Amino acid sequence: MDSWRKNPLIFWVFAVPPAAWLLLFFLTPLALIWVFSFGEKSGLIDIHITWTADNYMRALDPLYLQIFLKSFWFAGVTTAVCLIVGFVVAIAITFAPGRQRPILLLLVMLPFWTNLLIRTYALIAILRTKGSVNAALEHFWDWGNGLLALLGVEHLQLLGAQFEPLHLLYNNFAVVVGLVYVHLPFMVLPLYAALDRMDRSYIEASLDLGAGQLRTFRSVVIPMAAPAIVSGVIITFVPALGSFLTPDLLGGTDSQMIANVIERQFKSANDWPFGAALSFILMYVTFFAIALRSVWSARRDAREALA
Amino acid sequence: MLQGNLMTKDNRSRFSRRSFLAALGATAAGLKFSPRLALAAEAPKLNFYNWDTYIGEDTLDDFRDATGIDVTMDLFADNDELFAKLKGGNPGYDVIVPTNDYVERMITAGMLVPLDHSRIPNTSNIDPTFRDAAFDPGRKYSLPYMWGTIGIGYRKSRVDAVPDSWKWVFDSDRYARKIALMGDAPTVIQMGMKYLGYPLNDTDPAHIKQVEEMLIKQKPNVLVFAEDNGQDLLLSGEVDVVMEWNGDILQVMEEDDDIGYVVPKEGGLLWQDCLCIPTGAPHPENAHVFINYILDAEAGAEIANFIQYATPNAAARKLLPAEYNTNPAIFPSQETIERCEVATYNGAEYTRMIDEAYTRIMAS
Repeated sequence: MDSWRKNPLIFWVFAVPPAAWLLLFFLTPLALIWVFSFGEKSGLIDIHITWTADNYMRALDPLYLQIFLKSFWFAGVTTAVCLIVGFVVAIAITFAPGRQRPILLLLVMLPFWTNLLIRTYALIAILRTKGSVNAALEHFWDWGNGLLALLGVEHLQLLGAQFEPLHLLYNNFAVVVGLVYVHLPFMVLPLYAALDRMDRSYIEASLDLGAGQLRTFRSVVIPMAAPAIVSGVIITFVPALGSFLTPDLLGGTDSQMIANVIERQFKSANDWPFGAALSFILMYVTFFAIALRSVWSARRDAREALA
Repeated sequence: MLQGNLMTKDNRSRFSRRSFLAALGATAAGLKFSPRLALAAEAPKLNFYNWDTYIGEDTLDDFRDATGIDVTMDLFADNDELFAKLKGGNPGYDVIVPTNDYVERMITAGMLVPLDHSRIPNTSNIDPTFRDAAFDPGRKYSLPYMWGTIGIGYRKSRVDAVPDSWKWVFDSDRYARKIALMGDAPTVIQMGMKYLGYPLNDTDPAHIKQVEEMLIKQKPNVLVFAEDNGQDLLLSGEVDVVMEWNGDILQVMEEDDDIGYVVPKEGGLLWQDCLCIPTGAPHPENAHVFINYILDAEAGAEIANFIQYATPNAAARKLLPAEYNTNPAIFPSQETIERCEVATYNGAEYTRMIDEAYTRIMAS
């Protein structure tokens, strides 16, 4: 800090642009939406700020609470699947030969270069009744039947009279698949960063001292990766909670998430104050999660300082 | 987002690159200095805000050749996007194309300027039935561009008979899990009103509740409340019956002979997209010239022939082939039209009731 104090000009040159950016493009719009959430509609385009709590009261209606719960469920399942899959992927990359690691990391990030909408439409093409998955299954079904014909038992119709495609799209399963697909890199990257930095000698020591692979993983790897797990969980859970495109395009008749309701308030329902209140409830939840994380890491630091 | 609301004219990937290039070209052309009209009161420019693939292939170029005015075209995906963009003040558009109930909303909100009809002589080309409108008495703010219906698109080989009743999508398990409804709160509820024999714009909470209960009961039979892409679901065989805009079904009918379209016997929705000048338009003079050009017989015929929507331009129809003029999916019979109704703007309270009903349907 001393060197900054000696060169105040350099400090300001580096500090002002990002601070101005943050203020102008993040805090100001956010503050505006926050103020809207205490407003009342008057006519079609005007919003009067009356500091009413009605929008928040309306958001606490069991109808919306139930949708919030469902969104938490979707985001929670997505995060859990991402954590399990992401851990496996991160470990695989960490222990891959040095030359392959950048390529594997690139493969994880590559989908980010394509627009979310395009990726979601690609998933539709893969999952739909006449999509890639069902086409492959039908192929196997044909082979199976050919094999049965060779054995002379095709008349028994062991595989069914005709191929029954799986219904993979337009249900909650498809929504979770879509959310996991989109959010997996958010989990893999922090986990990889932590595992890559980890001192391998701890693992060797644990194995040398007689702990099994599983025990080593549970008692050495996981505790050392814990901060990365928490970060990964938060940055996966938070955007998954606010998804609306995925449930819109992949979901069925009961896949509505809270962000779909919010989106409608800003569009067809034309009720910005209520939409703003719903958004801010989501935001408070996010802040709460981040606050929990810092409390947790402060306690951890304190514990380590004692140890 | 591609939230599909009042009109859905995307999903035309065949054309979208072309229209993007056209828009790009128009933008680039707009940057050039044009000395021809340098003395005119307004710069020879026009900013047009339109639906995707909703103009003739050469219309904007022909207009520039005829008048020297460069048109920059931006595209919107639905009326909500258009409304939201202009709500905070006009970002510089001269001509916009809202659908009838949004014309009414925008008039109510003071977002449109009155048209000077003396500068649009081609109004005389318009079919007399379209020269007045309940949503804009005397056509003070809007002139018709294209019109159409909402009905049922179906796969001919998979239905017992032409599904000419809303019953097949709202109140029957005959096509269970092969039904797609529109994921748009007002439309789906208003079509439900028609099925139950109420007026399309019925605001009676008890009737809205009745439609809500019917839809909740029908939900297990419905595959999806489609966002913009009902016609694709029909084309790919995902569903056999779908509630959709006629124009969207017409596009997939061109690709697949097995697809049909019908306006149910209970009647459906009649929509009309209109040419309007938003408040704060920087080039109102040019906007009048442009609207007049669009309503010209030949220009109108070229547009209608390219986009295959129903034109209200009687003079243009005379120039178009019988194949277009007699297509029942473009021009339903007079009898059918009489059973259809136009959506009106029914106030903020109604909008909220409809949205809450839809939220409950989706959450149940």
